[in-house]
Amino acid sequence: MSSPTHAEPVVHARPHKINVRILRQDGPGQPSYWERHQVDYEENMNIISVLQRIASQAMTVEGKKVTPVAWDCGCLEEVCGACTMVINGRVRQSCSALVDRLLKEHATEIELRPMSKFPVIRDLMVDRKRMFETLKRVEAWVPVDGYDDMGPGPKLSRAQQEENYPLSECMTCGCCVEACPQYTKIEVHRRPGETDDQYDQRKRETYAQGFVGAAAISQAVLFNSHPTGANIANERMAVLTGTGGVQDCGNAQNCVAVCPKKIPLTRSIARAGRAATLYALKRIFDH
Amino acid sequence: MAEQRVVVVGGGLAGLAATMKLTELGTPVDLVSLTPVKRSHSVCAQGGINSCNDQTRQLGDSEWKHFDDTVYGGDFLQNQPPVKEMAYWGPKIIDLMDRLGVTFNRTQEGFLDRRRFGGTLYKRTAFAGATTGQQLLYALDEQVRRREAEGMVRKFEFWDFLSPITDASGRCVGIVAQDMVSMQIRSFPADAVIVASGGCGLLYGRSTMSVFCNGSAASRCMQAGAKYGNPEFIQVHPTAIPGADKLRLMSESARGEGGRVWVPRKAQDSRPPKSIPESERYYFLEERYPKYGNLVPRDIATREIFNICVNEGLSVEAGRMCVYLDLTHIQRTELDRKLGGILDIYEKFQGVDPRDVPMKIFPAVHYSMGGLWVGYSKSGDGGLVAGHPQNQMTNLPGLYAIGECDYQYHGANRLGANSLLSCIFSGLFVAPCVRTWIQNQSKSAHELPASIMQNAINAQEIRHKELLGSTGGENPYLIHQELGDALTRAATVVRNNQQLESAYEKVSELQQRAKACSLSDSGSWTNQNVIFTKALQDMFPIAKSILRGAQLRDECRGAHFKPDFSMPSLSEEEPAARRAEAERWCDRFEENNRRFLKSTIATVSDEEPQISYEDVDTSLIPPRPRLYGLVGAEVIEQVWKERVTSPQTTA
Ligand SMILES: Cc1cc2nc3c(=O)[nH]c(=O)nc-3n(C[C@H](O)[C@H](O)[C@H](O)COP(=O)(O)OP(=O)(O)OC[C@H]3O[C@@H](n4cnc5c(N)ncnc54)[C@H](O)[C@@H]3O)c2cc1C
Ligand code: SF4
Ligand code: SF4
Ligand code: FES
Repeated sequence: MSSPTHAEPVVHARPHKINVRILRQDGPGQPSYWERHQVDYEENMNIISVLQRIASQAMTVEGKKVTPVAWDCGCLEEVCGACTMVINGRVRQSCSALVDRLLKEHATEIELRPMSKFPVIRDLMVDRKRMFETLKRVEAWVPVDGYDDMGPGPKLSRAQQEENYPLSECMTCGCCVEACPQYTKIEVHRRPGETDDQYDQRKRETYAQGFVGAAAISQAVLFNSHPTGANIANERMAVLTGTGGVQDCGNAQNCVAVCPKKIPLTRSIARAGRAATLYALKRIFDH
Repeated sequence: MAEQRVVVVGGGLAGLAATMKLTELGTPVDLVSLTPVKRSHSVCAQGGINSCNDQTRQLGDSEWKHFDDTVYGGDFLQNQPPVKEMAYWGPKIIDLMDRLGVTFNRTQEGFLDRRRFGGTLYKRTAFAGATTGQQLLYALDEQVRRREAEGMVRKFEFWDFLSPITDASGRCVGIVAQDMVSMQIRSFPADAVIVASGGCGLLYGRSTMSVFCNGSAASRCMQAGAKYGNPEFIQVHPTAIPGADKLRLMSESARGEGGRVWVPRKAQDSRPPKSIPESERYYFLEERYPKYGNLVPRDIATREIFNICVNEGLSVEAGRMCVYLDLTHIQRTELDRKLGGILDIYEKFQGVDPRDVPMKIFPAVHYSMGGLWVGYSKSGDGGLVAGHPQNQMTNLPGLYAIGECDYQYHGANRLGANSLLSCIFSGLFVAPCVRTWIQNQSKSAHELPASIMQNAINAQEIRHKELLGSTGGENPYLIHQELGDALTRAATVVRNNQQLESAYEKVSELQQRAKACSLSDSGSWTNQNVIFTKALQDMFPIAKSILRGAQLRDECRGAHFKPDFSMPSLSEEEPAARRAEAERWCDRFEENNRRFLKSTIATVSDEEPQISYEDVDTSLIPPRPRLYGLVGAEVIEQVWKERVTSPQTTA
């Protein structure tokens, strides 16, 4: 992130209108198409407020009445991870994408696309369940005995806290996997007559064949370094050394460049890689 | 009996804590949420979570003092037994969250670090960087995911709760909800339902809250007959960053580290702020409160900033209300070290570096103390009876409410860092109570006649279809803006009856117009338009209750400030006269408490809120006046002390 060292004027020439080009799709398996919208310029706008205006107008620049563009958002301050999309070719949160800055990069138009690594639900909304499923696979939790009052947790040094805290800020936003050349889209279409449970089961199994991605690797590292979390470190390593595990990472380092929380993903991947080697060796000697 | 299940609506801190504890006790849960639970609004909380702790204890702190600060801060409007129980659970909750792996900040030696928050003298607040809420939520989310993997939890994310289902006896036996992707409407039979749907900031258009905080779930319970307590108590935070889509919080610590609040003396002076000379700047907080300066308590700062813009017309900008919060006189290195995180937020969303240019800020709606009415069962020691089915139960049997959407813990005003505690506490505490309730039922909800469920589904399908076909021409997004403007003007910082009355008329008119929306999307796939319109229509019962509740409450209490009814300072100079004046002051205080130290209870019938009042249990700590900033406070305090210690003198 560039951080200006002195005050800079936010806008040079204030446009009256903002042109927005959006890649839309009416539903899963449907063709996608571009649509152009125009909204009045206001000061301090972000992409969320642009999308709010578009939803309220429900009309293209050509004056055609259309359904409002669907998108996902929540906190509007870059902590929930809901609003990720591809803006002017870069994957990021739409709530922290400021119109003034975008217009400075590209004055005539803003381009919005859904993430390409997840099935599109509609327009800019995608289905990121695979990421949450992967968190389940790598058992990203501390396996405590229970929730009764058992006194404080293990004492941790300040240094350990400072190392873990950044990893624990991951908001499952999907930027890292969108940018990753090794993470490919998996879309499972529903079969006729399939029940919800059967469909979910088949999705889970299919997702489990794919690369786990940087976010999940980093979470596994986080929990393996927690004193209680480490009690199931081997189970996590079994996943990270299995199909779609850490060995699939080509070390392209795209992930770390796009993570909005600046999580040291390549460091996590390197740590996971070393642990994977040790784990594999240990398994050879144990058998 | 067939298998018993519980439905939890909402997966913020409260809903996840309840889910986690219920599954541990062996009850499976269907968890329904508008958003993947990991993205719930609780992630926004930055500051921290309170509890008495080993360090504060050395300085004389105790659970009782935390309890006392909470009820004093809340102006005594909360029933005391639940608050007491919560304060005593505080240390245990921090321990539990610590065990679950929350990355709390540490001291050099490795203990949990603490900071001080408003409304107390003790460093009670544990924190994890500037994202405490996110870290706490993630720890609970992880445990619930673990239970999900074990098959104890079924998640229904991107589902909208539409209504509770009740049987002929009025018992809550499940919910109707709608899949926001496929638009399918279905029932979820349940032996008990816990609503944990958070706050209602979206009623005000823009607030510091997430877009999910639209109050729809609480309103739908209200429309099904649930009581709503203290609607008029809405907390407004003094410093937020105005944005076109949201008002983002600017932490109090900016003023704590030396930030100065000012406006140009000349209205809407168009010069860049740094070029306005000192003599032409109005540091209104410093001038009006020389002793406290920029660090006056939250409610006073809020009122003054509001006043300078609204009544004195000195807002920095003409089209938008804001004042400067200035840090530019402090060294960059100093700012980076102490305030780096929060200044980055400003820079990220405003595109301006607050180290170089004064920030523009304005108060913003932040928290709802009011919420669904819930009961409790008082124990012999003044706390709660663990596992009693009445705890956290609404007046609809089998329907529970927890977290920000209940009215139970914060009275007229919430202390900073107390909400995360009340959310986790109510979530953990409710679980065994719900277990007792469902075990006492003779029949599982799954064995009830299918018609009960089907009727409830039909009613919602009719509503849905009518909306899709509606052609009245109104735009729901524009009505929402108007609603937000009306509420923000009349029911935030300063309230008066005339304004409240005209806002009520306006809101009633908007309610009618909201029934005549034409949707720009009438499709049956991921139709956000229709979901939004339903939420909008359901904002009105709470919006109207806020206005009516505020109108009928002719006093000042906590966040509810009506200048026409404020308690005056003392003006007599001569000691005996001053003393007599203080006596009269205390008489008036007592008289006022007899009338208004009561919970407002709103129900809704025929679209109109019905307001009644309920006594507050103040049996543990007798109410005492809050005398901050009043001239003659010492004399009043003296008189009050004498009355409390020898009550017969007042008889
Ligand atoms: C900016 C900010 C900072 C804060 N900082 C602090 C702090 O430092 N310390 C502190 O103690 N408190 C703080 N608070 C207050 C605190 O964050 C909230 O009160 C608390 O997180 C609320 O938690 P909850 O579990 O009740 O609800 P939420 O976290 O709001 O969760 C509500 C859940 O209900 C679901 N839901 C809502 N409606 C429906 C529906 N119709 N159908 C289905 N599901 C629904 C949502 O999807 C969500 O899962 C802060 C608040 C804000 C706005
Ligand atoms: S370093 Fe690995 S995980 Fe990250 S982008 Fe490259 S291949 Fe993907
Ligand atoms: S690691 Fe970063 S980019 Fe990836 S999901 Fe987490 S927060 Fe997003
Ligand atoms: S809306 Fe939460 S990250 Fe953008």
